Amino acid sequence: MIINHPLLGPRDAQEFTFLGDASLIDRPDWEAEDAAEKFYEYAYLRDNPAGLHRELWFHETGDRSWLVVTRNTLTHEITDVEMASDVARSKGRSK
Amino acid sequence: MRYSGLRVIKEALTGHKGWQPAWRDPEPQSSYDYIIIGGGGHGLATAYYLAKKYGKSRIAVLEKGWIGGGNVGRNTTIIRSNYLLDGNEPFYEYSLKLWEGLEQELNYNAMVSQRGILNLIHTDAQRDAFTRRGNAMILNGADAEMLSVDQIKARYPFLNFNDARFPIKGGLAQHRGGTVRHDAVAWGYARAADSLGVDIIQNCEVTGFRIENGSCLGVETSRGFIGGTKVASCVAGSSSRLMSKANMRLPIESTVLQAFVTEGLKPVLPGVITYGAGHFYCSQSDKGGLVFGGDPDGYNSYAQRGNLPVVEDVCESGMALIPALGRARLLRMWGGIMDMSMDGSPIIDRTDINGLYFNGGWCYGGFKATPASGMCYAHLLATDAPHEFATAYRFDRFRRGYMIDEKGMGAQPNLH
Repeated sequence: MIINHPLLGPRDAQEFTFLGDASLIDRPDWEAEDAAEKFYEYAYLRDNPAGLHRELWFHETGDRSWLVVTRNTLTHEITDVEMASDVARSKGRSK
Repeated sequence: MRYSGLRVIKEALTGHKGWQPAWRDPEPQSSYDYIIIGGGGHGLATAYYLAKKYGKSRIAVLEKGWIGGGNVGRNTTIIRSNYLLDGNEPFYEYSLKLWEGLEQELNYNAMVSQRGILNLIHTDAQRDAFTRRGNAMILNGADAEMLSVDQIKARYPFLNFNDARFPIKGGLAQHRGGTVRHDAVAWGYARAADSLGVDIIQNCEVTGFRIENGSCLGVETSRGFIGGTKVASCVAGSSSRLMSKANMRLPIESTVLQAFVTEGLKPVLPGVITYGAGHFYCSQSDKGGLVFGGDPDGYNSYAQRGNLPVVEDVCESGMALIPALGRARLLRMWGGIMDMSMDGSPIIDRTDINGLYFNGGWCYGGFKATPASGMCYAHLLATDAPHEFATAYRFDRFRRGYMIDEKGMGAQPNLH
């Protein structure tokens, strides 16, 4: 698989490590009333779709940036690559 | 029809005209007491033990393709019970004991071959860890023996003992481990279940569940609605896809695991060996092919085919352990989809929906578990209580903090 890095261009997927579903960006509020339940769902439950999947890849042997890759789990085709920092910022997470 | 040596001789002398189909091809009835979704090894074993051990009837196994066409036909056929943790080891040892009596029980030649499995040791720390594992196995009634380099050399003289980085320093052997003819497991259970009245319905894909007021009333299928008092999912690899139709999210991600087989060779590898410095395991099939595999590809996939980096990694590990492997030509390679659970251990449990049950999350170790998985799932379906060897395989262990994490990787399924 080739991941089209937004800054570096097409890179071999071997340069990356895979973390999992991009929902891991959406860390729950630890002070909320239902924090225990929300963290259980956050840490352990996954949609695990057959089809388009937004997921986190880390450019470990490259520029060490985190990417949100949209990839089809049935064909391995990558349709979109974003900087995870941009995605997090758009959700008001990162500064 | 009972199979026997005498029968084979009689058929040979009479032109093989007396053989019957090993199972029927029934039309689905409008309802059943037990509907098992998934005609793989685990599903067929569940149906068999439900009928045989628990005396239940009106059982159907629904399979979207042909039975044994999924992971039971795609694995590397290894059986063993060399686990460490209390939640796992008694279960897998129970499974190994069931394997030992399986062929007589099913009257089917599943080619169970207890040729032994050997986990190689390359560092002192690994020796400590494997000694502990061996002790845990013995405490749970399994067999385990630490072998010296000389003992290993006597049986496997061709291994790369003096590798500069990862010399072989010993090994943990389980002599009762071995291999089984994987397809014959599905066929043997299917034939035995069918003879007890289980309807095995192939080409019948479950497309949804009918759930009313928190109870599952049956399944929508490509062959119409089928009512079921108890509906049991058993589709490891596709568990998340199926259970999403009941609006359930699972502690599972699906990844692809590749396996490889070389051309047929003369007998060279007497048992199953695993490399301790990388992820590589290898055995020789009865047809002569070296069957081997390594790490899963490590990203979510339902593609049933992997990518080349893992092929390279597996072959490098193989060459590091068995340099002679490089002279064999690779004949086939394939991929299977694994339910990778959040702690690397399976789930056999009820769901929050009445009448809907779940068996899955086998990661890439489900084949060896087939008999015990079937028995424990049948017990759960028949009695609504967990089997004594499957009490730890509950959904709520993640919420309650009782993970069974053999590798200590945490909630990172692709690393288990």
